[in-house]
Parts: sequence; C-alpha cells; structure tokens
Amino acid sequence: MSQRKNYIWLVCLLLVSSYSVADEVQLSEANKHCLECHANQTFKFYNEWMETTSIRMMNPFYIIDSISYLSGVHGSFNCFDCHSPDYETYPHNAELKLEPLNTCIDCHGGDETYADFKFDMIEEEFSKSIHYKISGESFTCSKCHNPHYYKTTARMSASINEIVSYNNTMCLSCHNNDLKYQTVSGTQLPQLGVVHDWLPNQELHFQKVRCIECHTQVVDSFMVSHNILPKEEALNDCNGCHSANSLLKASLYKYQNIQARSEEGKLGALISNEAYIIGANQNPFLKLISWIIFGITLFAIALHWIFRTIKRKKS
Amino acid sequence: MTERIYFYPIWLRIWHGINALGIIVLIFTGIRLQYSDLDVLGMGFGQAVSLHNIFGILVSVNYLLFVLGNIFTSNKKYYRIKPKGLINRVKRQARFYTSGLFKGEEQPFPLSEKRKFNPLQKYSYIIVMYLFMPILIITGIALLFPELIVEKIYSFSGIFLTAFFHAGIGFLVSIFLIVHLYVASIGKSPLDNFRSIFNGYHDVEPKKK
Repeated sequence: MSQRKNYIWLVCLLLVSSYSVADEVQLSEANKHCLECHANQTFKFYNEWMETTSIRMMNPFYIIDSISYLSGVHGSFNCFDCHSPDYETYPHNAELKLEPLNTCIDCHGGDETYADFKFDMIEEEFSKSIHYKISGESFTCSKCHNPHYYKTTARMSASINEIVSYNNTMCLSCHNNDLKYQTVSGTQLPQLGVVHDWLPNQELHFQKVRCIECHTQVVDSFMVSHNILPKEEALNDCNGCHSANSLLKASLYKYQNIQARSEEGKLGALISNEAYIIGANQNPFLKLISWIIFGITLFAIALHWIFRTIKRKKS
Repeated sequence: MTERIYFYPIWLRIWHGINALGIIVLIFTGIRLQYSDLDVLGMGFGQAVSLHNIFGILVSVNYLLFVLGNIFTSNKKYYRIKPKGLINRVKRQARFYTSGLFKGEEQPFPLSEKRKFNPLQKYSYIIVMYLFMPILIITGIALLFPELIVEKIYSFSGIFLTAFFHAGIGFLVSIFLIVHLYVASIGKSPLDNFRSIFNGYHDVEPKKK
C-alpha cells in the first residue's frame, strides 16, 4: 500500500517537474553556438595560421550571462534576430562592430501587441530629455535598458524595494561608473554624494526612492516618465514627496498592480507597504480620529475653565 | 497660613526643564514632518528633520537622568504603584476635578511630604514616563537607524508599525502636555505651580485639625 502511495507521489512529482521545465525558455541551438564563447570568460578556437588550438580571454563587455538572458524580456530571441548572422564565423569580421543595431522603436514602434507600453510616447518624451539633448540619436534605449537582460520589473514586481533597486541600477550603471559615463558624455563623472549633499539620509533615499522620482517630469499617462530633466530642474523640495499629495503617489506608488498583487486589500497594502514616507502616509481615518481627540481635549479644557471662572466669581 | 514643601530637587528641575523644552520642539517638528501641508512655523523639511533628531537624542539622554534619579534618590517613592484601591482613588480624584472643585470641596488627596502627586497625576505620570517615553525612545532610535527594523512582523511592515507607534504615542504625549499645562494652572493662583518648577518649593494647605 505504502509502495503504491510512493509510486503515485513519484508520478505527480515527475509531471510537475516536466511541466515546469517545459514552461521555461530554453536556449536555441543557434544561441548555444554563440554562448559557447560569449557566456564564458575564455574561449577556444582553431588558429589556422598557427595550426594550433588557442585559448583567449573574452572581452568582459562581451560576456553574456545566459541565465539572466533567458529570464529577460528578449530571452526567447535568437542572437541573429538582432546581430548579423555573419557573426557565426570566427574571427568575426571587424567591420561588423560598426553594424547599426535595431533600436526599441525599430521593432516596437506602432506595435499593437505592446501598445500598453506606449513606446511611441516614450520616444516623444525621451526626445525632450537631457540625455537626448546632450547625446542625440547616439543615446539609444539600450544605454539604460540592456536588451539582453531587461525585465519589466515595475509592471511585474509587487515589491517597491525591488522596483527601486532595479531602476536605480540602470541609472548608476553610468552615473556611478567613470568609464561608461565618460564614454557617453565625454565629461568627468560628478560624485553622487557631493551633488546630493543637500539631501538628508542620502543612503536611505537612494535605497528607497528611484532617481527618476526627482529627475524626471512626472506624466500621468505613463508608467515611467522618460523626460530626464537637466540637473537644475530636478526636484529638490522635500515637501514634493513628504506631503499628503506626495509626488510619489503619481509615480512610484501609482502602480495599482502593486496593491492588487499584494492581495491584502487597501488597509493591508498600507500596513504591509515596505516603504514608509514621513508626511505621505497619512491615513484619513487616523487623521480624523486625532483631530476629534484634539478637539475634545480643547473643548473639555475650555468648559472646565469656564466653570472654574464662574465658581471663582461666585465666591 | 500655607506650608512650603521642597518637592522638586535641583536635578529634577533640570531634567524637567530640558524635557519640557525638548518635548515642545519635538511636537512642533513632528507635526511639521507629518503634516507638511500645514507649513508649521515656516520651517523647512530638512531643518525639521535635523531638529527632531537632535532634540529626540537630547530628550532620550535626559530620560536616563530621570530614570537614574528615580533609582538612586528618594523621589522613586512617589512613583510606587499601589494596586489596592487604585481605581477608586483615581475615580475620587477625577470626580473632584469634574464636580467637587466647582462645589468648593476639599482636595480628596491633599499634597504632603509623603504625597507629591494626587492619584490621577501619579498614574498619568507613570504611564507617560514608564510606558510612552520608552516606546517613543525605542521607536525613535529605530527610525534613526531604519536598517535595524525587522522588515516584516507577520504580514505587517516593520517600518510602518514603528512609525505608527512613534507618531501615535507622540500624539498622545502632546495631548498629555496640553492637559498637564492646564491642570498645572489649577492652583491657588494660575502661576503657582509654574513657579514651583523653578524654585522647587510647593505651597500646600496645612491639614485641618
């Protein structure tokens, strides 16, 4: 009897595991060919001139994390969907480095499947941003959104901490990296700690709030605003976020999916929210109760004082 | 003829003065932080954060003076809880404040060398000093170092609960302060009790024979 039970369990386990494996995105054969070298720190090839097998170090900028690639939004793509098929042979033709790569709009412009992402409006907003003004067309989407690994965290995650960390990592990949910053802007990287000197509890703000909260113009029709403002126009008014009509409610906290996914209802979402923002987390019910208690106290004192005065006058 | 009793030794008056100033600053800066739409005293948010932090630390350190004073001096005797008849004593005092006082009745618990506080005073001070203040100090330290706060307490956010208790108890302390200031004005003259916290002496009516 117990052997039979174990057998049933085993069958169930196999069914479940086969389902989950089938559900995962698998590397295509063509991608395996590329990643044989590009997923490793070293690569091996046959040197026809020397007639020997050589092992070389891979340029760290060209190493692809295959696991992150598979879990990214483009995980099901073949490398040759975006890169030239001529890359199949090695040594790669040097001129291939100059190939123009597709931008997001090349594929997603007017794309009805992803209409919700509003790619065309993003393009329009981006063209107003300081990134575009300084670098023009050369500032492609991929400067921030790595097409190999990109995840739509703001739409998928129920954790504000995760959304903040994922988003800020995008900004910091250049703004906290001398080499990348200089490659894009041609200027010296400003020290983040120094330029944010005015901000109290800097570290906590960087952990809990996205850079774009202060550095973009919030647009209601968007999930994420793409009009990155010049530093002079960035928000540096504490009340902007720390108030009942906090700007964060129109940006970081507007993702209704965060509340919906928390499955804890309105009050549940309020108390289980990972972030507490002084001034912004005002609960109308508690506010009313506190005003009532305050009012009753003052009323009782006034009444007591009146009776005391009457008594004093009588005596 | 009134009798003068030395109720408030110098350490207690220093503690009380610092505490009073600190709590007032904390209440105003706390309101500024919680209700930034009100624009309290035209203070900047960053300024209010700094002041709240500095005075929070000052009041916390000062609280140690109160605790140590109450451990090592005879002042502790005024804070001893006597459970027998507690509710009745508090009720009698409350009845005096709400009715007896207007009828010209005698204080049910006249102050003396042995009794510095009436029962209502005593137990409200015990609640504020030994329950509210420790909660405010602990939650305040936690909010100064939020990385110390447990992320989740069951399904509750640790930081939300900490901030909720800090602001909620802070609000109750502000209500206590308003009542405390008013009740202090119920003396022989409205300024009598305020004078006592400066010179340490309290005028009491001698017992009627």
